[in-house]
Amino acid sequence: MFLITCPYCGARDEHEFGYGHEAHIVRPTPAEYEQMSDAEWAQYLFMRKNPKGVHFERWVHTKGCRRWFNVARHTVTHEILAVYEMGKPAPQIDTEKK
Amino acid sequence: MVEAYQRRSALNHFGLAARANQGGHATAGVILGESAHRTIINIRGDANDAAFTNAVKSVTGVDVPTKANTVNKAGEVSILWLGPDEWWVVTTPDRSDELVPALRQAFQGQHAAVIDVSESRTVITISGAKARDVLARGISLDLHPQVFGPGQCAQTGMSKCNVLLHQTDDKPSYDIYVLKSFSDYLWQWTEKIATNFGLAIGA
Ligand SMILES: [Zn+2]
Repeated sequence: MFLITCPYCGARDEHEFGYGHEAHIVRPTPAEYEQMSDAEWAQYLFMRKNPKGVHFERWVHTKGCRRWFNVARHTVTHEILAVYEMGKPAPQIDTEKK
Repeated sequence: MVEAYQRRSALNHFGLAARANQGGHATAGVILGESAHRTIINIRGDANDAAFTNAVKSVTGVDVPTKANTVNKAGEVSILWLGPDEWWVVTTPDRSDELVPALRQAFQGQHAAVIDVSESRTVITISGAKARDVLARGISLDLHPQVFGPGQCAQTGMSKCNVLLHQTDDKPSYDIYVLKSFSDYLWQWTEKIATNFGLAIGA
């Protein structure tokens, strides 16, 4: 069990949150649909990162303010290295130190 | 809105009004009750837009709280923070018919919303020296007075129910807003825990 700091409500118990998998996956534009191969669609729809280390992912504060946000979490230590709002770019994180 | 003469509170079947007459309030560690039929209006809008905050103030007389998890109150009207662009306007029963159209009128031309959610929730009130101990059995929030005090609110989980908790004074007293469909369960759970701390029923 760990604490997650909601960017709006502050630190809350993990049980208040839902997990939304990998962040920063960009949906293709309608113009791109026509050009995409099956392999590219499969890449977009199914293929996800599974790092041993820092993972950028989405969480939702289900039992609190019900807002989505992004989290950078170390998948081995569960240390939360950054919390940032939807639409913001992934922060630079020095993964060597972790 | 339900006709007032037909309306029964969500916890009516527990006979709380009769039990409140049984006394024991002076020695009780915890006083539990129901505050039914409150007017609850969900509003959404841009807190950085003066047109929105002015509109809310002009109708309710209350400033929109922009600090997370806080409540502003003036007279009988409170505004509770739910999210960065979402609040509840809460007041005494039967004010929706007047406040909802007034808010909609005031928000005209804005990207804002007004929804009457009065009938969705009831409020379990809990008060007394041992109120914190009861809440701590079902809530993971830190309710220590240095961290959570009067005028603060939080949406959180309480024994598996989604609730909005609002501390109203430093006795301490709290309002627990819960969906009516969960309220039977949450009342029974809360009463069972409160019995360990000396329970009386409030009017
Ligand atoms: Zn939150």
